[in-house]
Amino acid sequence: MFRATVKSLLARKVRLILSGLAVVLGVMFVSGAFVLTDTLGRSFDSLFADAYAEVDVNVAAKPKLELGELEGEQLATPFPAATVETVRAVDGVAEATGVVAADGARLIGSNGKVVTSFGPPQLGGNWTGESDLVRLREGREPQADDEIVINKGLADAGRVAVGDRVGVLTLQPRKDFTIVGIFGYSGDRDSLGGANEVMFTTPVAQQLMLGESDVFSNVVATAADGVSDEQLRDAVAAAVGDGYVVKTGEQLSADAAAGLKEGLSFFNRILLGFAAVALLVGTFLILNTFSIIVAQRTRELALLRAVGASGKQIIGSVVLEAIAVGLIASVFGLAAGIGIGALLAYLFGNLAGGLALAGVGVPASAVIGAFGVGLVITVLAALLPALRAARIPPIAAMQDVATPDRPLTKVTVGGALVTAIGATLLFLGLGGHAGDSTLATILGGVLFSFIGVALLTPLISRPVVAALGSVFSGWVPGKLGRLNSGRNPRRTAITAAALMVGIALVTGITVILDSAKSSISGLAQDSISAELVIAGAQSGPRPPTFDPAVLDEAKAIPGVRLVDGEYGDMALVGGERTWVGASSEPSALVEMFGLTATAGDIGRLGPGQMLISSDAAESRGLSVGSTVPVQLARGDERSYTVTGIYESTPLFGGVTLPAEAARDFSIPQPIQGYIQLESGVRAADVLPRVEALLADSPEVSVADRDAFIEQQAGQLDGLLQMIQILLALAIVIAVLGIVNTLALSVLERTRELGLLRAIGLRRSQTMGMITVEAVVISVFGALLGVVVGAGLGAAVVEALRDEGITRLVLPWGQMGVFLGLAAIIGVVAAALPAIRAARINVLGAIAHD
Amino acid sequence: MTATTGQSASAAARASDVWKVYGSGEAQVIALRGVSAEFERGRFTAIMGPSGSGKSTLMHCLAGLDSVTRGTVEIGETTVTGLGDAGLTKLRRDKVGFIFQQFNLLPTLTAKENILLPLSIAGRKPDQAWFDVVIDTVGLRDRLGHRPAQLSGGQQQRVACARALVARPEVIFADEPTGNLDSRSGAEVLNFLRNSVRQHGQTIVMVTHDPTAAAYADRVVFLADGQIVSELIEPTADTVLDTMKKLDTPAEVAG
Repeated sequence: MFRATVKSLLARKVRLILSGLAVVLGVMFVSGAFVLTDTLGRSFDSLFADAYAEVDVNVAAKPKLELGELEGEQLATPFPAATVETVRAVDGVAEATGVVAADGARLIGSNGKVVTSFGPPQLGGNWTGESDLVRLREGREPQADDEIVINKGLADAGRVAVGDRVGVLTLQPRKDFTIVGIFGYSGDRDSLGGANEVMFTTPVAQQLMLGESDVFSNVVATAADGVSDEQLRDAVAAAVGDGYVVKTGEQLSADAAAGLKEGLSFFNRILLGFAAVALLVGTFLILNTFSIIVAQRTRELALLRAVGASGKQIIGSVVLEAIAVGLIASVFGLAAGIGIGALLAYLFGNLAGGLALAGVGVPASAVIGAFGVGLVITVLAALLPALRAARIPPIAAMQDVATPDRPLTKVTVGGALVTAIGATLLFLGLGGHAGDSTLATILGGVLFSFIGVALLTPLISRPVVAALGSVFSGWVPGKLGRLNSGRNPRRTAITAAALMVGIALVTGITVILDSAKSSISGLAQDSISAELVIAGAQSGPRPPTFDPAVLDEAKAIPGVRLVDGEYGDMALVGGERTWVGASSEPSALVEMFGLTATAGDIGRLGPGQMLISSDAAESRGLSVGSTVPVQLARGDERSYTVTGIYESTPLFGGVTLPAEAARDFSIPQPIQGYIQLESGVRAADVLPRVEALLADSPEVSVADRDAFIEQQAGQLDGLLQMIQILLALAIVIAVLGIVNTLALSVLERTRELGLLRAIGLRRSQTMGMITVEAVVISVFGALLGVVVGAGLGAAVVEALRDEGITRLVLPWGQMGVFLGLAAIIGVVAAALPAIRAARINVLGAIAHD
Repeated sequence: MTATTGQSASAAARASDVWKVYGSGEAQVIALRGVSAEFERGRFTAIMGPSGSGKSTLMHCLAGLDSVTRGTVEIGETTVTGLGDAGLTKLRRDKVGFIFQQFNLLPTLTAKENILLPLSIAGRKPDQAWFDVVIDTVGLRDRLGHRPAQLSGGQQQRVACARALVARPEVIFADEPTGNLDSRSGAEVLNFLRNSVRQHGQTIVMVTHDPTAAAYADRVVFLADGQIVSELIEPTADTVLDTMKKLDTPAEVAG
């Protein structure tokens, strides 16, 4: 039996390779994701190990507000310089250095734009001298208050050199400095993982990066001989007391790496999600291939049964084939995944400004994932065909059985059932009835819906394929192709369903994002009455900011009626972590956002007062006159009194504090500015004057309302594109499925093709016939996908109605493009099988057994 | 030996010194050794011979399904030898009809659609009167809307005959058309073929190994070992059988 299996495998190399390819792509995605995150993870480990190599013990003040990795950058907390002396006095300390290091030093490059790092921190600090890690490459250390040194990577990115006068944005607006030195790191590195560093003299660093004089963010201590890092840590911790966090260099580097890895694992999960889609599509493809193989081998399998093979042996033989295909595909998929993972890691490393990559590693998870997924998927997909094979009676060997047209009742009932389960899960998940497992319920619902619809497709395929194909009815090869595609509804259905999954997901996500975009734009159009908006595009964890002085200057421009600057940060409000805003001009805010008061006075905001939205008031049980303790990123906790409550709007909600509170925000500068003009004044006339004011705030620009709304909504486009690219893989796999199905059909119908050629069908007509078959199948799949996707998308949009997505936008244009694309896909997929069909030797085909 | 009987200027198909060699060296097989034959218009010719005699090869070469190693084949005014795929396709459309032993019909099309398929492929309009004549001759009028799976073997073969006939080709090649049929259905099909020759002047060349089937023909050409060895005009099953028996004796072949 084993030998028979191997022989039959070898005899069907090509079609097994095609279906194996689907597994290869899925496995590649899975193992690639693991390899990528593992490689980057270890690179970060070694990066931080280097960065903290010279730190035996580090002392930092406990943060006022602890933030998770995805909530924003942890703010460095300043502490008095005296602490350095305290540490220095501890027994066992050889040396203690006060260090200023904080994110948010943004250098303005020679092109007048801020040099961004796209993720890694932009550190500002005090120059504490050269070390084994840091070496000046050029120039000297900073001595005067207007002198800085910067790292080589930053100098290159900003195209600046020693002697240049450059602007730097910090906690304060632009200040100009002379670059007196450029430094690099051990190992000839220009940057550590793409981080930019600007080093000032200590007093300037304290003022600009920490906001106070005579404070530090860290004390770095080295141990005297014979004192271990841990001993030193404990001794220092005892000396500095409760308000500090004392860690060894090793702990520090592990913690820093762990923070980044949290982000990486999130990324990993996204990649695995797409792998799951690819594998779902692959499953359809494998199922189809094995079904066709079993159908074609009916006589052969029956013969085996006739000579004494048991049903179990037949199942075993089919499953064995599946295992072989799965194994081989997993090996190739793993290899491809390692390649892709390494390539992506390399690209990522480059993007992050030269992150030195630790060697590419293949973690156990990648290998286990690859083989587990590859084998399980393949065997599962082959199981149904195997069971069917076992039911072939021995008598079939003697009969000339054309594949009988089995009734679709069972499949249809099953499909309806599974679809119903999917719809129920979706209803529960989207309706918010599933509690903690909402996401899992929704995903399950989507999966069941796909499988259910796939099972229903054979039934749907008949009328739809007939209707689609009627386009070609005037043309004989077209008509033949259309009839062929309706010939085996199950096969057509599974092939089309594979394409459906990818297209449905793309369509669904497009519906959701387009609806969100349109809803947000619509709301903004309706509710923002500011004619001009100052804002910038965010390229890293920090939002872009501008000089608050611009707000007052803008107000002085003739024709400007109201100006409001908006600040924002995370804060603890009544012990709860929440996003708070601060407004320089609440009355302007109220007018420009069309806010209405439900209680108190929302047009004014004095020191110690706060405005909250009606939703926030309700959930926190607050009313006008309530006092709430608020802990901001800096400073001490302070009580605020609620003086006004406004009706929540989808665009504006939460807590608003007076502008003075923003001084204690981690970013104490306005993020957005709104300008309302006197009636009759044209925005275009005022815009250049505001633009001129922003000359020293290169992170932001001023735009009129429509352009601003467009800009904001446009941020979703990038996300949409990325998702589309990743889902394109699922579509590629589906195309393989179409090629596979067609190739098998051509093989199966060799005789028929020979007959057609014998009675006068030209080669080109033969190719036309196969192409029409492919186009009908793929357009059918795309049609299903567009319909299912639009349905799923609409369901999600409906569920998000309360979140402010009130407009359902069906992207007709996009959907049309998908259908057109499907037609092209069909033509492409048909190419090889069509050529093969056209080349069929007429005589050989007629004699074909 | 060459079949000379029926030499006529109006041959529907003609083979002149046709050689067909498969393979080379040790594995070389000579299927046809200089066969020359003419198949007159309006006659029903059977090609007979033991298995391996080359009768199917001869028919394939005549029909342009297979190329010849040497010699020429003509159908009507057209020289088949040397035609490319496009030329052969055109030939098959316009001048040749086929009836195979099995797999004659497309399962997706109805009987009527199958019959009209060569015309629709060629983009020609069927002659309604002729179509009616053909349908009535084969007796399929009440079966036209059926698909092949709903027809008996004999009916399927009659549909195939109608398909070959409806385009009025120069010549119809039939390859064991009754090979898969019971004797009653076979007789129906053969009667129909003979009638189409007698009543409508169709030219038919049929390969068969069945003496009874060959007896329906006007003329039987016998092949052995790649050569034409004998010929019968107005055969009966008995005379065919006798000739076949003689062919089985090697001494007779040598002549």
